[in-house]
Amino acid sequence: MINLFEVNETNKMITQENLDVRTITLGISLLDCITDDLNRLNENIYRKITTVASRLVATGEEIEKEYGVPIVNKRISVTPIALVGGSACRSSEDFVTIARTLDRAATEVGVNFLGGYSALVSKGMTKADERLIRSIPEALAQTERVCSSVNVGSTKCGIDMDAVRLLGEVILETAELTKERDSLGCAKLVVFCNAPDDNPFMAGAFHGVTEADAVINVGVSGPGVVKHALSEVRGANFETLCETIKKTAFKVTRVGQLVAQEASARLGIPFGIIDLSLAPTPAIGDSVADILCEIGLEHAGAPGTTAALALLNDQVKKGGVMASSYVGGLSGAFIPVSEDQGMIDAVRAGALTLEKLEAMTCVCSVGLDMIAIPGDTKASTISGIIADEMAIGMVNQKTTAVRLIPVIGKGVGETVEFGGLLGYAPIMPVNQFSCDAFVGRRGRIPAPIHSFKN
Amino acid sequence: MKKTIITVVGKDTVGIIAKVCTYLAENNVNILDISQTIVQGFFNMMMVADATQSPKSGDQIAEELEAVGREIGVVIRCQHEDIFNMMHRI
Repeated sequence: MINLFEVNETNKMITQENLDVRTITLGISLLDCITDDLNRLNENIYRKITTVASRLVATGEEIEKEYGVPIVNKRISVTPIALVGGSACRSSEDFVTIARTLDRAATEVGVNFLGGYSALVSKGMTKADERLIRSIPEALAQTERVCSSVNVGSTKCGIDMDAVRLLGEVILETAELTKERDSLGCAKLVVFCNAPDDNPFMAGAFHGVTEADAVINVGVSGPGVVKHALSEVRGANFETLCETIKKTAFKVTRVGQLVAQEASARLGIPFGIIDLSLAPTPAIGDSVADILCEIGLEHAGAPGTTAALALLNDQVKKGGVMASSYVGGLSGAFIPVSEDQGMIDAVRAGALTLEKLEAMTCVCSVGLDMIAIPGDTKASTISGIIADEMAIGMVNQKTTAVRLIPVIGKGVGETVEFGGLLGYAPIMPVNQFSCDAFVGRRGRIPAPIHSFKN
Repeated sequence: MKKTIITVVGKDTVGIIAKVCTYLAENNVNILDISQTIVQGFFNMMMVADATQSPKSGDQIAEELEAVGREIGVVIRCQHEDIFNMMHRI
């Protein structure tokens, strides 16, 4: 029988240490909506999403109340729209109509974000892929809840540098079109290498073509819980440190597993995976950077940060894997700058630079995330940063991503406010030397030698 | 049988258990076990209850008990036992 001590421990995690289930994401395949008539396609998409997801938000709220654990977000991911719209969309404007339909459907069912305005172009772009990518700035400017992602590389295929070059321009254009709102559009656009098919976290979620018709994926969280557990073993050796993280990750993940099973049973939709990521929020005490400090760093970014993060990421996975029947998605520690108060503080203190963040992404999920850079940064420079990050993912056989926000009209040292879970960020300096000639080359970077495993 | 765990935390005062039990009786929730401690004037109680015969749903009972708690100045949480079982038992 459960005892008072255990009950209090769980409830303290929830009430004082920000334990929550970050998201229940319902993946919906739109492949059966495909037709060559744009109006019918839009109708099919709207009908399918609003039918399959009609009870998602209500079910999430029921589970939240019954188990007494907050479920922060209920979201939807759909099949990459470049595939769905390939036949019906003859122009980028046609694709934007689908973005508006997705936005309407998301509003109707009450989810705060819908991901999947995406293209998978790791080896090359089809005409539809290119049209979709070129439509991203308009799509994100005209919608509230739609999130976009583009997979431009993989360990198996290499990196499509034509797409990387194009995305540098697309990111700047998105920033320009949403400059009235501090270039917020870019916060909803992720560039990936090795993007997973079952990621429940925004803005990079999409429902991969390898997936079933509908599936429930759950993202857990709990940086505050890990931080608190570590504060109880301050000064202990690495063995104790690692064991503590593992045990805590296990407990946190079990809550996610429970919520996923319940949601799946109540909605009659199969359970896909639990994503074991430690996802921070701007709330005080819900920070991955604070865990790094608790491990022994003055600020995130100090020497030792990469090692501490590698250790943290590995132990979270080791603890979480046994707690869930299926693990997938991104699964690791997130290090977004604007969504983590400890990271913001580290940037302000001068401890954390873009280059150190890049090093950190070698050992954790996911990448250069929610980083505000000056609005006058060149498109080729953004493409260069993307190429670097994609190369890390390609060579290390891991997912990496870039979500940069060039804030139009603002420069280094100024602050940008996105609001809500997206937080706020100091604008970080970018290396000023040119990579124009490199980014200007056509074609793709070949797959690395260790991808040839057959 | 699925059980419900009710916890009450707050400043000790007269009639906390009475209030909670009255609500449970009125809503046909059977109490299976109670444990209680007072640490430095703070009241800390856990009840294991069976709410399967209640006409109300789990989330409804949770909401109403929370309101009862607000009336008497304590925090009452009512949760399905599985959240604790999942976290503390393999």
